[in-house]
Amino acid sequence: MVAPRIESARPETRLSKTRQRVPRKLAIGGLIVLVLMTLALLAPWIAPYRFDEMSLLKRLKPPSGDHWFGTDEFGRDVLSRTLMGARLSLLMGIGATLISLVIGVPLGLLAGYRRGWLDEGLMRAMDVLLSFPPIMLGLLILAVTQPTLWKAVIAIGIVYVPAIVRITRSVTLDLVNEEFIQAAHVRGDTTRYILFDEILPNAWPPIAVEASLRITFAILLGAALSFVGMGAQPPSSDWGLMVSEARPFVDSAPWIALAPGLAMCVTVIGINLLGDGLREALDPRMRTQRGA
Amino acid sequence: MIAYVAQRLLAIAFILVVMSLLIFGITQVMPGNVAYMIAGQFATPDVVAAIEAKLGLNDPVHVQYWRWASGVLTGDLGQSLIMERPVGPMIREALGRSAILAVLSFACVAILGIALGVIAAVRKDRLADNAISVFTYLGISVPEFFWGIVLILVFARYLNWLPSGGIGDPAYGVEARYLILPAATLTFALIAHVSRLTRSSMLETMRSNYVRFARAKGLPEGTVVRRHALRNALLPTITVLAIDVGFLIGGIVVVETVFSYPGLGRLLLFAIERHDLPLIQASILIIAAVYCTANLVADVLYAYFNPKIRYGRPAH
Repeated sequence: MVAPRIESARPETRLSKTRQRVPRKLAIGGLIVLVLMTLALLAPWIAPYRFDEMSLLKRLKPPSGDHWFGTDEFGRDVLSRTLMGARLSLLMGIGATLISLVIGVPLGLLAGYRRGWLDEGLMRAMDVLLSFPPIMLGLLILAVTQPTLWKAVIAIGIVYVPAIVRITRSVTLDLVNEEFIQAAHVRGDTTRYILFDEILPNAWPPIAVEASLRITFAILLGAALSFVGMGAQPPSSDWGLMVSEARPFVDSAPWIALAPGLAMCVTVIGINLLGDGLREALDPRMRTQRGA
Repeated sequence: MIAYVAQRLLAIAFILVVMSLLIFGITQVMPGNVAYMIAGQFATPDVVAAIEAKLGLNDPVHVQYWRWASGVLTGDLGQSLIMERPVGPMIREALGRSAILAVLSFACVAILGIALGVIAAVRKDRLADNAISVFTYLGISVPEFFWGIVLILVFARYLNWLPSGGIGDPAYGVEARYLILPAATLTFALIAHVSRLTRSSMLETMRSNYVRFARAKGLPEGTVVRRHALRNALLPTITVLAIDVGFLIGGIVVVETVFSYPGLGRLLLFAIERHDLPLIQASILIIAAVYCTANLVADVLYAYFNPKIRYGRPAH
């Protein structure tokens, strides 16, 4: 008996809830990302020491006034390394996502527009790529050459190509039958013009949402690859690598692992909040739900 | 249904063949001459040539592929170059250990994830819901390796309750207490997908007409939640559980490294570091096969539980 009343009361409560929650998520996420970006950009200037400056006298020192986050096994300043690591982490996330967009979007557009054997072949190829668990595909690609940070970025970019191709293709399929595309076709526009100047400007919102999701996946996958030794190499201050190098000292000097690990968590939480906030604000489906 | 499963099995076989070509192709262009690596730094060209001849490295690529592929089909995965042992038993042993860890974590993810999702949905916007949502948000945001190290610090170093890694005496298999921390790490990292999806699909079904009708009939709320809402809400959860198998495999590679757990993930990393081609090829192929099979099982379960989908039969 109580149920129908709750049901009817829900729209108002939900409306007020979302109205207050959306800006909060966006604001907190945006703030974290903004601070991170600033720190990452200014890192070489605000870091108190050079990230690879060693000092045998200052090995494994706990946090102090001179070294806020302590020092590592080579006497390097953990704060400076963590700050420089922010650059690598963000570069990795954004770089890998850009790579998957650059490869995936044209393929998806073409598959959705041309259909036929090209579409079929591409989608089967994507199925094969998707049949590898993400980290395996990354490892397989990295196994070929000596691992470096940049190769890891490219490998992660390739890992996420199928996701981008699929979403682009499905949006394109919806758009192809629209009248303005038909008109362009009748006008005799080139395929390239139709794909990039007619379809793409109308297809980008869902692609952007998918891409924003990929950034944190890419950061986490990149850190995992570095952690297992298949990404950035010493003396790089990549966060995954820093945690991996700190492992033998976790007993006596836990700060070496905690600083980059916590920085990583804050980064991912910030980008996730920002992404969620954006999605809730932009997604037309959610907007109608909220309006209901 | 049977036709559908057969069709999917065929597709998997096709994908595995393509994949084996891909794996073989990629490992062929790997740097470092295997013969040089076996012979050691000071080998004379004669020795290297002899090893090349013995391993058949001078044969055309398609001959080498065929030798490898037909070996795999007959259960012969080749000989590890570094360990100088057959790959098959090594992989079987490591796979067994990884499987124990994976199955345990997966069970925890499924049971806890669904339970948390249902609680969050029933207690929507209350304290429990918010606490669960923060908890799961942390879960997706914290990388497995960091969470694993935090657990080691707390439970192995400071509290001294659990071992920090390894598997104990290998003669007895894997001791249970060595499994707790790795499984907890994996569960925490994976639980968010399941619980979030369960929550949202529970909320959706709770709004549906048949749940409203069940309530109107005067059924107790517990029965409505369990028998009417949950059953239908679990469908999408099955799909996300399948996706989680992929994350689980990725997580296992990392977690095995953190906890020095001698499973398939560590074996693969070891093989990659040492350029042990047969070991790399076999482990990746096995992992991919497991992954494909898991996806198939998820699809079949989905079809089985969903009365709206009946593969291979016209809809009525």
